[in-house]
Amino acid sequence: MTDAPILEVRDLAKTYGARLGCADISFDLWPGEVLAVVGESGSGKTTLLNCLSTRLAADGGSIVYAMRDGSRRDLATMPEAERRFLMRTDWGFVHQNPADGLRMGVSAGANVGERLMAIGDRHYGRIRGTALDWLSRVEIAADRIDDGPRAFSGGMRQRLQIARNLVTAPRLVFMDEPTGGLDVSVQARLLDLMRGLVRDLGLSVIIVTHDLAVARLLSHRIMVMKDGRVIEEGLTDRVLDDPRQPYTQLLVSSIPQA
Amino acid sequence: MNAATYNFAYLDEQTKRMIRRAILKALAIPGYQVPFAAREMPMPYGWGTGGVQVTAAVIGPGDVLKVIDQGADDTTNAVSIRAFFRKVAGVATTTHTAEATVIQTRHRIPEYPLKEGQILVYQVPIPEPLRFLEPRETETRVMHGLEDYGLMHVKLYEDIAHHGRIATAYAYPVKVAGRYVMDPSPIPKFDNPKMTMSPALQLFGAGREKRIYAVPPYTEVKSLDFEDHPFEVQTFNEPCALCGARNVYLDEVVLDDRGGRMFVCSDTDNCESRRTGTGAQS
Ligand SMILES: Nc1ncnc2c1ncn2[C@@H]1O[C@H](COP(=O)(O)OP(=O)(O)OP(=O)(O)O)[C@@H](O)[C@H]1O
Ligand SMILES: [Mg+2]
Ligand SMILES: [Zn+2]
Repeated sequence: MTDAPILEVRDLAKTYGARLGCADISFDLWPGEVLAVVGESGSGKTTLLNCLSTRLAADGGSIVYAMRDGSRRDLATMPEAERRFLMRTDWGFVHQNPADGLRMGVSAGANVGERLMAIGDRHYGRIRGTALDWLSRVEIAADRIDDGPRAFSGGMRQRLQIARNLVTAPRLVFMDEPTGGLDVSVQARLLDLMRGLVRDLGLSVIIVTHDLAVARLLSHRIMVMKDGRVIEEGLTDRVLDDPRQPYTQLLVSSIPQA
Repeated sequence: MNAATYNFAYLDEQTKRMIRRAILKALAIPGYQVPFAAREMPMPYGWGTGGVQVTAAVIGPGDVLKVIDQGADDTTNAVSIRAFFRKVAGVATTTHTAEATVIQTRHRIPEYPLKEGQILVYQVPIPEPLRFLEPRETETRVMHGLEDYGLMHVKLYEDIAHHGRIATAYAYPVKVAGRYVMDPSPIPKFDNPKMTMSPALQLFGAGREKRIYAVPPYTEVKSLDFEDHPFEVQTFNEPCALCGARNVYLDEVVLDDRGGRMFVCSDTDNCESRRTGTGAQS
């Protein structure tokens, strides 16, 4: 980890009309750090993640991102063209539902290659070679490269989504319940894969989950949300082994301990 | 229909001015789709109402009009559009490319090279080249605005992955003046090279979708491709069975039900001129 955060979030807030999405969110994310955002349904996790990734405009607060060149930029004032470029080069976003993050109508190879083409790669053979490499890294057989995601199982789709996001070597990846909706055994394999990739690539990750086992396996730090606000935050082991807030204690006690 | 009750070229002056403004805007931003308030025309949409409105807005009493449908001057569609303008604008018509000042076309560019002062008006069914992979118009607009064209290559990638080569043969996407990606209407890709640096003015009208776009004379029009799968046009093994022309676009004609067939010029005027030695020919 270097000496400057990759993301600095201050007083972030989002409301939907009269309903609170999230509020008073402040934290730093460090390069190579995996931050898990946990909390019950409706606590504001997805709202927070969408605001951070600029998929949703926040109502207040600031998000400062450290660019590759070291400059620090306020995402709210970044021009859309530049923000889009950032989103498909420097960032990844893994959706809970793979259909939201994949192009279901085109082949696995095209799904992985799309970002490369978007940033100007115009060599078919090279794009395909890179796609093959990434498919193998997410354990999808080479002979499936021309198949569409509709022919894939849920776990494969999720691995394809991950490959599609990582192909441009992003520095920051957002994940919203990436293992939700999968069988337990499929989940375990995906988690192993994600853990390996995160470590090998030195990714900074913000992962939303309501599964504390996922948080324990992947994250360095945990933020616990309730009613749109962060009620507890700390190193993963500390929060899970020694929760301070009664609400967190309740959450922790409700899952079987690892 | 009584021609006397209509304004010159059918549309009222107000409407023609509105269409001309859209054309001027389209010329100022080559390849950009300009919305316009398309009018109902006395013919169904599939008959090229977009092209007819553009032609009506640019044609003058001194113009000579040629209309082709898939290269032919004598199809019902081409004949009736020519008759329409003879009636509502009293203009002269021709089948010879070199004699025409305005050429309205469905799905071909004439073989005989166009020259300065000529206007080629394309009938366009679907103006949005990105629609194949992105049906949301709000999104395609942003993609054009931000020059976010990776998707076009995704489509070409799929072609190569599934067919071993870029199989797209019609409506092959182009980039205009290094900026906007444009659908050249369903012309065969054989015609794409004719678009670049053309001395003629190229106007595109989509009636149902209410869009006009343009390529000004001497503008670069580049067909999208990959470095290792460069753009190439269709080639034909044999010359035209009627006039012997090579390097022109040929249609396959079935002669009988025993599999007999031949290849003949799609551009009927060019073929006829070559055979009779009349008119200008390529
Ligand atoms: N588009 C929306 N319009 C109105 N209210 C919304 C919208 N999206 C979320 N909310 C509300 O904002 C609050 C936070 O929702 P959010 O989706 O962020 O929760 P979450 O923690 O991701 O829940 P889950 O675990 O069920 O995915 C909830 O009260 C929710 O009803
Ligand atoms: Mg959620
Ligand atoms: Zn011929």
